[in-house]
Amino acid sequence: MNKSKYSLWISLLVIVLLGSMIGAIMVGSVGITPSLIVEVILYKLGILEQTNATNAQQIIILEIRVPRVLLAAIVGASLAICGAAIQALVKNSIADPYILGVSSGASVGATSVILLGTFSFLGMYALSFAAFLGAISAVIIVFFLARVGGRSSMIRLLLSGIAVSMVLSAVTNFMLMMSKEQGGIQAVMHWMLGSLGGAKWSNVWIPFFTFFIVFTLLTLSYRKLNALLLGEETAATLGINIERFRIFIILIVSLLTGVAVAVSGSIGFVGLIVPHIVRMLFGTNYKIVLPLSAIIGAIFIVCADVGARVLIAPEEMPIGIITALCGGPFFIWLLRRQRYAMGEGE
Amino acid sequence: MLWERVSDILQLQQLEFTVEEKQILKNISLTINEGKFIGIIGPNGSGKTTMLKIVYRHLKQTSGSVTLHEKEIWDIPPKKLAQQMAVVSQDSPVLFDFTVKELVMMGRTPYKKWLSTDNSEDFNIVEKSMKLANVFHLADCTLNNLSGGEKKRVMLARALAQQTNILVLDEPTNHLDIEHQLNLMDLVKDLPITIIAALHDLNLAAAFCDEVIVMNDGTVYMQGTPQQVLTKQTLEEVFRVQVGVSTNPYTNKIHLYYYT
Repeated sequence: MNKSKYSLWISLLVIVLLGSMIGAIMVGSVGITPSLIVEVILYKLGILEQTNATNAQQIIILEIRVPRVLLAAIVGASLAICGAAIQALVKNSIADPYILGVSSGASVGATSVILLGTFSFLGMYALSFAAFLGAISAVIIVFFLARVGGRSSMIRLLLSGIAVSMVLSAVTNFMLMMSKEQGGIQAVMHWMLGSLGGAKWSNVWIPFFTFFIVFTLLTLSYRKLNALLLGEETAATLGINIERFRIFIILIVSLLTGVAVAVSGSIGFVGLIVPHIVRMLFGTNYKIVLPLSAIIGAIFIVCADVGARVLIAPEEMPIGIITALCGGPFFIWLLRRQRYAMGEGE
Repeated sequence: MLWERVSDILQLQQLEFTVEEKQILKNISLTINEGKFIGIIGPNGSGKTTMLKIVYRHLKQTSGSVTLHEKEIWDIPPKKLAQQMAVVSQDSPVLFDFTVKELVMMGRTPYKKWLSTDNSEDFNIVEKSMKLANVFHLADCTLNNLSGGEKKRVMLARALAQQTNILVLDEPTNHLDIEHQLNLMDLVKDLPITIIAALHDLNLAAAFCDEVIVMNDGTVYMQGTPQQVLTKQTLEEVFRVQVGVSTNPYTNKIHLYYYT
């Protein structure tokens, strides 16, 4: 893809993203017009002197919907770039950010908070903290299981990820089984399927900065990510310290995935399909795969979250159900296409 | 000329390699002179690929040393080594859709830091390398649409873009038809750099190499010019088939006939 075509696509997609974010702020139990959104935001930023919006409207826009939409965009972008990076790392196109045990580890943490009240001294941050802790512990276990003689084998990494996920799911299920509380069980289910309902300004910043740092680091490593796809041997002959680079990728990707899961539960499918869509449309070069995945991932989750809010209103639908319902059939269609190589190589 | 002439000498000293108590390489010592096209031949399991993998540092020897320019290769930083030695290994699995141009550009990786962009020098080198490997007309094609011979030439172009003084090839003519085999060998032979190639086809080795190393059972059986090495006695002993040695009337190179 040449430069001008690339910048055209980027600007187009950024416009779509901004459009869908404004749309997402408009939709809800209280209808809000686009001009009102712009007005309130400009007023808040001190650019406008006064506003016609009522206090209630201001609170709905600024304290409820804006943080939620921002968080949706950040989580979508994070999961998409993590998926893209993990797929290059294990050179396997069915890998997603959760393949290293992140979501099952986070589930154990979240379930123990919801059902058993662990970390209750942390108050409202207990859930995110426990989920993050569980996610990172799971990745550490997977990583050390995959190391043999100072080297990590990628197929071992995949398999230990699956094994650790199974064990941790068993732990979660055991806690669910033993629980007598119907409400708690439903809360756990809701959490596991993902929700952006907990969004507020205080939990937007950490995901935002983590995303920003990890995205920058990954984009700066695009040559190495490309080289990894040529195979370990060839990548090494291109002067890459494979072992060190892999540890680096595992570290930053699990950090970002852990943060995303901690604030929104384990939203499925984004990390798997968005990188595929991008590669199918724009090619494999990670220099463009990473930014485009981030934007498309963000659009996808912002729109899916609108669905989550309105489909069975006033109830809220877990967003994971929507991403899987849209993502699954799309992925099947992708699989059936002849032209796309799906990463099989030969 | 693309390459500067530096007196590169690769030296293997008392090289041993053991895996699970099985000795794959036994006491290998040899010297490779700069600018030569060296062919490595030997039956399956004789240790050709293993030796190459140790030379390009994919495997670490059990004992002994490999020195490049009198420097132990494990002491050379990965990027520096990649600026001196390029490799086209046996399996180069390419995933997803890269274009030929993008793939050849990856040969510039060893010269890049975190923030460096592809500059006009890189584009020039990539273009030259693609022309040299005869894949320039495919620059915008994606790899998955190319034939086996074209893919091999793209991998070669990528290695050329590294601008090294040494090029290691592991069975470069595998799976290629006769036309592409000869084209590839012609192309490689004309390069003014040191070439180390493991070859299966003895007649190709005879026709193109300046020097041939015969490996047998993890040892270097013989090293010399094709005339010195490709004799009835050596080949019958190492490859365990009956061999007739004659001259190709069209090229005046050694030609071998096999029978059992």
